[in-house]
Amino acid sequence: MTMHHQSRSLLRACALASLTVFISACEKSPLVESVQQGYRGTAMASIDDPETLAAKRAKAVAPVALPAVPPGGPKAGAVYQNVQVLKDLDVAQFGRLMASMTSWIAPKEGCTYCHAAGNFADDSLYTKTVARRMLEMTQSLNSQWSAHVGETGVTCYTCHGGQHIPANTWSRDAGPTRRSHIAGNRAGQNAPAPQVGYTSLPLDPFDRFLEKASEIRVNAPQALPTRPKHTADIMDAEQTYALMMHMSDGLGVNCTFCHNSRAFANWEESRPQRVTAWHGIRMVRSVNSSFIEPLAGVFPPQRLGPQGDPLKVNCATCHQGLNKPLNGAPMAKDFPELAVYAGGHEVKRYAQ
Amino acid sequence: MPDYQNIFTRVQVRAAPYPGVPMEGGSSVRQGPPIFNYWLGKLGDAQLGPVYLGWLGLASLLCFFVAFEIIGLNMAASVNWNPLEFLRQLPWLALEPPGPEYGLHLPPLDKGGWWLMAGFFLTASILLWWVRMYRRARALGLGLHTAWAFASAIWLYLVLGFIRPLLMGSWSEAVPFGIFPHLDWTAAFSIRYGNLFYNPFHMLSIVFLYGSTLLFAMHGATILAVSRLGGEREIEQIVDRGTASERAALFWRWTMGFNATMESIHRWAWWFAVLCPLTGGIGILLTGTVVDNWYLWGVKHGIAPPYPPANPGGLDPASLQSGGL
Repeated sequence: MTMHHQSRSLLRACALASLTVFISACEKSPLVESVQQGYRGTAMASIDDPETLAAKRAKAVAPVALPAVPPGGPKAGAVYQNVQVLKDLDVAQFGRLMASMTSWIAPKEGCTYCHAAGNFADDSLYTKTVARRMLEMTQSLNSQWSAHVGETGVTCYTCHGGQHIPANTWSRDAGPTRRSHIAGNRAGQNAPAPQVGYTSLPLDPFDRFLEKASEIRVNAPQALPTRPKHTADIMDAEQTYALMMHMSDGLGVNCTFCHNSRAFANWEESRPQRVTAWHGIRMVRSVNSSFIEPLAGVFPPQRLGPQGDPLKVNCATCHQGLNKPLNGAPMAKDFPELAVYAGGHEVKRYAQ
Repeated sequence: MPDYQNIFTRVQVRAAPYPGVPMEGGSSVRQGPPIFNYWLGKLGDAQLGPVYLGWLGLASLLCFFVAFEIIGLNMAASVNWNPLEFLRQLPWLALEPPGPEYGLHLPPLDKGGWWLMAGFFLTASILLWWVRMYRRARALGLGLHTAWAFASAIWLYLVLGFIRPLLMGSWSEAVPFGIFPHLDWTAAFSIRYGNLFYNPFHMLSIVFLYGSTLLFAMHGATILAVSRLGGEREIEQIVDRGTASERAALFWRWTMGFNATMESIHRWAWWFAVLCPLTGGIGILLTGTVVDNWYLWGVKHGIAPPYPPANPGGLDPASLQSGGL
């Protein structure tokens, strides 16, 4: 090998090395932060981009609660007409909650977003019927679903965040339309869809799992095949996978936030968060099937999804990409009236 | 003097076109004038052709074309024949097997019928190509190593798309044709059957897969490294070891204490490559038919190590009936 060859090789090596340094310098540092969450060697760790996480957290801030008012005075039901859910609340507290609800849901429109101007007792606006049922829903969540919402609880703001419609909702999705009826069947999957993390997994895990109570578990409970045989098939596993993609995306966590991925089904190897999530799935089903779906006839057409069903709730509706909605701010403790639920679990039907 | 000390091919031999050895018997002749291509020579032999297609080759190509068209046109139909959307969504598009409701019965065309047809023609194409490969090897007086190695890959393909679905009693157990969809199928398959990593035949398959790449790299590197000493004549050196062979052997004895020979390294490579789909196919075939949950099977047989629980005493909330909701 000549000197000429040697210097050329050296030049190439230098060029390669400087290119590597140049490319790596374009990346911010640190790229991601990894926090161990399980026994060593199980790969149970959270992996977050600190900047993205900080941005999400900065957006999810609970508003300051209006000053509490002392108890006493007449009841709202005695002062105002047609008070149904909150009739036993002191009138001053009732006023405080109404003012809070306005700022949580319709800060621009004010009272008349739900109430007919001039006659607040009137039920002519659909928003009032919905708001009344949503109050009951909030009470149900705080009083009966502590296994999921804990002591933190929820208020209207948790999902609405100052908007009429929460930022993250779902309605039934028939998938992309197609003209041909003899070919090109996507079988409810195989289209880039944000709700399942842009995988080719089934497009609508919500209707199946978060309204209907389809079986999520697909693992066989025994090592060897049983008789009768375990019925879940690979397509069922894809459906479950699609739901889990949504949960992961909706909470901003990976699989190992709840599971030890070597044995997804095993409860002892899963973190306690999985139990919370288990109750959350049932809670969301209750919200959708007992509270929102029955309101289908109350909503005007522009408030319904393309299939004619109301916009419903999934994990992202409250969580909005964080494992603790509103960074875990315990908003509900300032509104104890939102934690009393007198209603049962019967599904209320509304006139169409 | 040609220089082999480079990761790319540096040597291009150009000579008069070589038509191939004369054939005996009634085979049809090789077709077309040979052409030379400089860039082809960068990868392999610069000479292209003459080509022998024959009836088997022709039938195989036709069957492949039919399968390719069924899959491609179904994908195009799913994006309403829009060529831009076809390109944009191509990684997501698929032709799905029939749903479980059809079992092993014939579904309507749009509900898995196309998949069955595509599968039939693709399988016919592959099997015809295998026969062609077998007969071409015979015609040239070669051993059948290539044909049997290809058969091993075909075994895995048939297990996934035909044999296992038959045993499970449903075409829905088979793999969709599609880029992301077949990968999602793979992940879902492992999840449904409790983690395929605890399947010993899957383990073996991975050993042979990674082992193949390792052996390939070791062997390719060794031969290139000793080629300046005559190592490219590796087949001669099987029985007539020269300094290239001696130095290569010594290098591996020094670095890892053991060396293959100029002959045995090729048997190693062949068996690793062949055993990868062979063991993999066995692993797939056992899944769902003989074993329903590989993780629990691993626990039962002591191959899944116990870890301290993440949630000690954690119980399935469904078993507690808590909340009553």
